[in-house]
Amino acid sequence: MPEETALRRTPLHDRHLAAGARIVPFAGWEMPVQYEGIIPEHLAVRSHAGVFDVSHMGQLELRGAGTMRFAQAALSNDLDRIGPGHAQYTLLLEDTGCPVDDLIVYRFADDHLLLVVNASRTDADHAWLAEGLPSDVTMDDRSTELAMLALQGPAALTLVELPELAPFGFTRAEVCGVPAIVARTGYTGEPGVELICEPEHAGPLWDGLLAAGATPCGLGARDTLRLEVCYPLYGNDLSLERTALEAGLGWVCALDAKDFVGAAALRSQRERGSHDRLVAFRMTDRNIPRQGMPISPSGEVTSGTKSPSLGIGIGMGYVPATSAMPGTQIEIDVRGRTAAAEVAKKPLYVKEKT
Amino acid sequence: MSDATYPADLRYNEAHDWARVEGDVATFGITWYAQDSLGEVVYFSPTTAGEEISKDGEYGELESTKAVSTLIAPLSGEVVETNDALDGNESTVNDDPYGAGWLIKVRLSDPSEVDTLMDADAYQAFVDAL
Repeated sequence: MPEETALRRTPLHDRHLAAGARIVPFAGWEMPVQYEGIIPEHLAVRSHAGVFDVSHMGQLELRGAGTMRFAQAALSNDLDRIGPGHAQYTLLLEDTGCPVDDLIVYRFADDHLLLVVNASRTDADHAWLAEGLPSDVTMDDRSTELAMLALQGPAALTLVELPELAPFGFTRAEVCGVPAIVARTGYTGEPGVELICEPEHAGPLWDGLLAAGATPCGLGARDTLRLEVCYPLYGNDLSLERTALEAGLGWVCALDAKDFVGAAALRSQRERGSHDRLVAFRMTDRNIPRQGMPISPSGEVTSGTKSPSLGIGIGMGYVPATSAMPGTQIEIDVRGRTAAAEVAKKPLYVKEKT
Repeated sequence: MSDATYPADLRYNEAHDWARVEGDVATFGITWYAQDSLGEVVYFSPTTAGEEISKDGEYGELESTKAVSTLIAPLSGEVVETNDALDGNESTVNDDPYGAGWLIKVRLSDPSEVDTLMDADAYQAFVDAL
């Protein structure tokens, strides 16, 4: 750990306190973990709309003539599959094929990309990218200059009056009277947008979204929402110990379309096959799985909680290929007691068709 | 959620468990401070009725969405009843920690242990100093 430094506060800090948030240190920031409670916030997102302050997320901006060429070699997914005005989920990999980070890249133009990265990995990403940065690309860490809100839920697109925005599309728009970059992205499994704006606009935007009926939601609900739909979390499910293929992220690695850092290791692992896999599971006992619990016959839980939508213990963890088929019975060591679980298809939560 | 209160008729330990002593039977639960720190309770796993528990030993677990909390017995004795009504309604522990959110009842093996626990004023001072 670096020496103790003051925690950063987002432009919405005073509003969080006024709304009764419980504030926790998170990746160098003081962030709201919950307001009314994780469960009501979670259910508000599933049923209507919730708004999250995600201003802690890192933003690295790449500009210059060599931007696309550099990004295509540095990032695992193929940017040629999207055009300007679209965003893409992708990975920064080490030579080992293990992720330095998972991130969303926004393609503004061929000489302009924005990477939205995990707060806890911003410095590592910056260092990794700086190492290979060519002379015709500049990188700017804008993490403290930009605020970011996520509006998520079935009513979200209506609230921002952008019902036509395609998944992973983004646009500049005025929302609640302030200018923002609005992207149809999120981390909850619901329709929704993420809004990037100048810090002085974050307050009015937050106020406007609450006035329109969105529920303020904290990092606690963000975690239970993403786990129900099996989105991996860096530091839990993703690390420098596990490759992108083991993590189930082969679909964002364009192994057959281009070359990029880590591709060789992944191709060779793909050829060998039979590697460990990040699986989802549900408890068939009442117990709640937690990160770090051993899985029997082999493996370890990387994320676990009690699902607010399903009412049962759910989790993800790495298991050998032989245990990775949905339906496989496994056991979780819950503080010395054995609890039964079943490997399940991702996502664990699927919205009922109405 | 209820307000921060620490009733005068209860006794408290430093692990934020309370005991309500009535004759040789005591009811245990967790304090307002404990439920507030833990967040919404979603799972309760008590020591089963008939088993002996000792003061300062474990008598079960409570879990919230985010965290696990071990319950520490304020007094010793035999578990005579567990609050099975919490099954599926675990958040009652948050809503009514001193009433319907009680956890277990214990037949005391050494009622004199009560004198080692904090009264409400002492516990309030203990919480204020945290």
